[in-house]
Amino acid sequence: MQGRGFGSGNTVTLHYDVDAGDFSSAGEASANLKRTLKQLGFPPEVVRRATIAMYEGEINMFIHAGGGVADVEITPDEIRIKLVDSGPGIPDIALAMQKGYSTASELAREMGFGAGMGLPNMQSYTDELIVESQVGKGTSISMLVRVGGSSAQ
Amino acid sequence: MPDSFHSVVLEEDKCKGCTNCMKHCATEAIRVRNGKAAIISERCIDCGQCIRVCPQHAKKARYDSLDMLGQYKYTVALPAPSFYAQFHKPDINKILTGLKKIGFNDVFEVALAAQTVSRHTRKLFLENTVPKRPVISSACPAVIKLIKIRFPDLIDNVLPIMAPVDLAAKVARSIAEEKTGLKSEEIGIFFISPCPAKITAAKVPIGYKEAIIDGTFSMAEVYRRLLPVIKDIQEPEILAKASFMGIGWAISGGEGKAAERDLFIAVDGIDNCIEILEDIENGKLKTVEFIELNACEPGCLGGCLTVENPYIARARLQSMEKNLRQRDTDTEEAAGGEFDLDWALPLEYTPIMKLDEDMEKAIAKLKRIDEITESLPGLDCGSCGAPSCRALAEDIVRGVAEEGDCVFKMREKLNSLLVQMNYLQDYLPPPFRSDDKSRRKNLPTDETAQNPGGEP
Repeated sequence: MQGRGFGSGNTVTLHYDVDAGDFSSAGEASANLKRTLKQLGFPPEVVRRATIAMYEGEINMFIHAGGGVADVEITPDEIRIKLVDSGPGIPDIALAMQKGYSTASELAREMGFGAGMGLPNMQSYTDELIVESQVGKGTSISMLVRVGGSSAQ
Repeated sequence: MPDSFHSVVLEEDKCKGCTNCMKHCATEAIRVRNGKAAIISERCIDCGQCIRVCPQHAKKARYDSLDMLGQYKYTVALPAPSFYAQFHKPDINKILTGLKKIGFNDVFEVALAAQTVSRHTRKLFLENTVPKRPVISSACPAVIKLIKIRFPDLIDNVLPIMAPVDLAAKVARSIAEEKTGLKSEEIGIFFISPCPAKITAAKVPIGYKEAIIDGTFSMAEVYRRLLPVIKDIQEPEILAKASFMGIGWAISGGEGKAAERDLFIAVDGIDNCIEILEDIENGKLKTVEFIELNACEPGCLGGCLTVENPYIARARLQSMEKNLRQRDTDTEEAAGGEFDLDWALPLEYTPIMKLDEDMEKAIAKLKRIDEITESLPGLDCGSCGAPSCRALAEDIVRGVAEEGDCVFKMREKLNSLLVQMNYLQDYLPPPFRSDDKSRRKNLPTDETAQNPGGEP
């Protein structure tokens, strides 16, 4: 499920329900975001950063949280992505931010996910990343990609 | 030759205006207009998929006529590696000797140049001067065009080196010049191509400003000319030099194998290529060293100008491997190691998806596209002449189609018209009415008309 709306003026909003039950839909939200950004004419580098951050976030919700929702707000200057799930939460966010740290299941790893690069990638491709999490309640992630912003990668 | 040159063209008389090609086009480059398929030039990557699926054989590849041989004092044929596999029990010496019998003065195997390109690729990997990982092969011109129009972020991953056929042409020309003492323009270098993408690339080269090849012939046509001649060759000249390293390029995976990378992936088929390019764009496959992409399945053997079933052809080539390996001797000098293999021109992004140069306008257009898509039936039936409802919505916003092009939309309009006509048919001016109440209802609006069974 996805939807698109238009806020006041020049804002495009996108909404995605990330369904963990449907494996074939993994990555659909980021693919749709990518298409939208290309159509709007964002520079390739901005498209890449936003898409990869979105992809990692989407896959995280898919693997760890049993799905969730993603909302994107696009203006000519920036792309804001908010991911909210009611999954198990992250007990130690600092540890989860470390490259290579992973709690992904054997099955997820077999499918080629769970390399422990999700959150680190999200950090390095965005200009702002805020992770809020409560164990047992869920996680909410806000990301900002600025046009002309810096990226570690 | 203008940038808009395409080998793939439509033969209008044969086209019935069905939607087969349009529905199969990977880049949504075809629309049906006025009962005929129309190709949107800047979107076409010459992959030849439409040629394969057209039941009327109205889509075809343009190639040069063999009569062109007469325009030059000395001519050289460049057979693609896939050419050999078109023949039953292929004897490469016979095939090459045959080419000399049907009008070429000399031959130069593209496979030989492919060996040099592979050697250069290996060298770049060793020196670590390759582009961003995963390195994407630049051998298939349809794939390179696809990257140019749809995957701008992957341009830096493309290996910017000369295609084997271009190198073969350069070497063949210099050999011919030396042998004959003729001027370059008196020598004709001709490629025997398995596909339209390579024909287009010969006219409008990738990575270079000027064409390197003088003409390109269809593999099928040369095959037909050659077949009766080959049968009579008893003692062929010994002309075959290429090893399986080069000949294997005809099969998907052959180029990757010749690059001698442990971590390489070979993908064939244009839709599969798009899928893997999406993955790379999403930051996946970073540990993969080399990615070989071929628009045709299973590699160049599946090009739409070949004759033989590509899977039979593949089995033939594979069976040749054992005999050819031993010939992998030092043929390197003959294959043009002295030439500079780096592209003279970088690849440039030529976006086709952008809705408007001005982002504010693009946002407004996107909004409109969404609204229209929402109002369309979502069946992607193709009757409007666009490949999907969304493509129609985009066309409408780009100003090249209208909402009424959708047959379902038209039906709704007709329905509403019928309801209005019904009303008018029963309508009587007050002096003629018997029952005043029955004729007091308002004229139905478009909305109520679309829902005739509902409450008024």
